[in-house]
Amino acid sequence: MSMMTVQDAPSAAAADQGAKVRIGVRGLDFYYGSFHALKNINMNFHDRQVTAMIGPSGCGKSTLLRIFNRIYSLYPEQRATGEVTLDGRNILSPSIDVNELRARIGMVFQKPTPFPMSIYDNCAFGLRLYEKLSKSELDDRVEQALRKAALWDEVKDKLKQSGMGLSGGQQQRMCIARTIAQQPDVILFDEPTSALDPISTGKIEELIEQLRADFTIVIVTHNMQQAARISQYTAFMYLGELIEFGPTTKIFMEPQQKRTLDYVTGRFG
Amino acid sequence: MVAVSEQTYKTARTDTRRAKPFRFDPLFAAATRAAAITVLVLLFGIMASMIYGGWPAFRAFGLGFLTGTQWDTMNDVYGGLPAIVGTLSTALIAMVIGVPLSIGTAIYLTQLAPAWFKRPVGTAVELLAAVPSIIYGMWGLFVFVPLFAAWFQVPVSSVVEGMPIVGTIFYARSPSGLGILSAGIILAFMIVPFIASLTRDMLDQIPTVLRESAYGIGCTTWEVVRHVLLPQAGVSIIGAIMLGLGRALGETMAVTFVIGNANRLSASVMDPGSTIASRIASEFNEALGMQMNALIGLGCVLFFVTFVVLVIARILVSRVRQY
Repeated sequence: MSMMTVQDAPSAAAADQGAKVRIGVRGLDFYYGSFHALKNINMNFHDRQVTAMIGPSGCGKSTLLRIFNRIYSLYPEQRATGEVTLDGRNILSPSIDVNELRARIGMVFQKPTPFPMSIYDNCAFGLRLYEKLSKSELDDRVEQALRKAALWDEVKDKLKQSGMGLSGGQQQRMCIARTIAQQPDVILFDEPTSALDPISTGKIEELIEQLRADFTIVIVTHNMQQAARISQYTAFMYLGELIEFGPTTKIFMEPQQKRTLDYVTGRFG
Repeated sequence: MVAVSEQTYKTARTDTRRAKPFRFDPLFAAATRAAAITVLVLLFGIMASMIYGGWPAFRAFGLGFLTGTQWDTMNDVYGGLPAIVGTLSTALIAMVIGVPLSIGTAIYLTQLAPAWFKRPVGTAVELLAAVPSIIYGMWGLFVFVPLFAAWFQVPVSSVVEGMPIVGTIFYARSPSGLGILSAGIILAFMIVPFIASLTRDMLDQIPTVLRESAYGIGCTTWEVVRHVLLPQAGVSIIGAIMLGLGRALGETMAVTFVIGNANRLSASVMDPGSTIASRIASEFNEALGMQMNALIGLGCVLFFVTFVVLVIARILVSRVRQY
C-alpha cells in the first residue's frame, strides 16, 4: 500500500533522478519486539543533500534514522528486515563491521552529549580510535572540525577545558565537530535543536546548510519550518509508513497526499 | 437526609477545632529536633567515652601504642602495630580483589548481560549484601579455610619457598588456612555486593543517549566503558569504593573467625594475624585494667581511620553533585 503510494507519487520519481544515491532503502521493516514500527519503507537519500524526516511523534522517523548506523542493534529485541544500502553495500548484512560503519555514518542526538574529557579530546576522540595521526595532524583535524562547526573562535583558547563547561548550543556544536572530525560520509541529526534556544537553533541550522557541501545529511525534526528552511528533500511519515517523499518545496507547496497536506498545514499532528 | 448529615459533620468539625485550640506544629518540630540532637549526643558521647577509656593507654605508651609490636597481657605492655597493620593489610587485600570484581560485575550487568540474566544476577548481588557477617565467618572457617589451605597455601608455599620477597610474602609457616590473606579474601566477598550494586546504579544513571553517542562514533564496548562510562561515573565509583573500604576496615565477626588472631607481626600474608576489630572482639571478655584501656584505645584508632575514610567519601560524592 505504502509502496504503491510512493511509486505512484511523481515527486518521488523525480527525486530519484538527479544527484547520486548514497543511502538506498528497499522493503525495510522494523520491529521493537513484536511491535511493527516501520512498514515496507522504500526511499533514496542523495549525496550532498539535506533530507528532512517529518511526521508526528511515534511515526517512526527516529527509528528509521537509528537503522542507518545500526545503533538499534545495541538492543537485542529490536530487528530490521529488508535492505539498506550505503554506496551499494547492504548495511543490514551480518558481515558488516558495525563499528566501522558507525565511524562512516556520524550521528548527532537530541541532547548534547559531551564526553567527560576536554574539548580537544572530545573532538579528537573518534580520530584517535580510527586513525594513526601525529600530534600536529591531529591538531589540524581538530581545528578544521571546530572551524567547520563554527565553534573555533569561541573555544580556541580553552581547548584543554572540560566540554561540560560549554553552553548547550556550544556543546551541540562540539558534538557536531566531533562527528565531522572523523570525516564521515553521512551525518544523521536526530532532532538536534530540540533542547536548544532559538539563537543556538539558528546557528545549528546555518551550520547544517554549510555542511551539505561535504556530507550527505539526514535530519529528523519536529519543527516543520526547520525542515522547510534547511532541507532539499522531505519525507513525511505517519504510523510507521512513508506517506510521501519528494523535493521539499513540493512537499510543502503542493503535496500529493491529503494526509501530507493536513500535516504540513497544521491540521493534525 | 444527606444534607442533614453533612450539616452535623460540619458542625462537629468546627466544634472540635474550637474545643482544642492546640497547635501541633511546634510539638512536631520539637520532636524531630530532639531526634536529631539525640544522634549528635550519641556520636559525641561515644567519641568522648572512647577517648576517656583509651586515655590511660595513650598516656602510658605514647606513640609506642601505635608503633609497638608487643601485646603482652602478663606484663601489661601494649603496642597496637600488628593489629593496625592487620587492619590496613586485610582492607587493602579486600580492595585489590574486590574492586575489580565489583566493577566487572556492574559493567556486565549494565552493559552486556542479556535481560533474562540481569535480574537474577542483580538480585543475587543484593542478597549477598544481606547475608549476615557471622555467616561469612562460619562459611569462611568451615568451608573456605580448609580448601584454601589445601589448594592454595600448600602448593604456593612450596613453589615460592626460598625466593626473595615473594618467598617472604607468600610463604606459610603453618599452612592452616587461617591468616591475613584468608581474611582479606573473605572481606573482598563481603564488599563486592556493596560496591557492585552502587556502581551498577551509577552506571544505570548515565543517560542512554551518551552511551549511544559513544557507540555512534564507532567505539567498541570496551572503548565506551573505558573512555566514556567509567570517567562519567568516575568520582561516584570512588565514593562507592570508599564506602566498601569503610566496611572492610571495621568488619569484625567474619575476620575474627578466619584471621587466626595472632598477636605477632609477620611479613607473610599467609600467616595468622589480627585486625583491630578482631583483637577487640577476641579479648574484650576477659580484659581488665590496662588491657581494657588498650583495647578501647585501639577502638579509638579504628574510629579515627574509618572516620577519615568516610569524610573522604563524602567529599568525593559532594563533588559529583556539583556537575
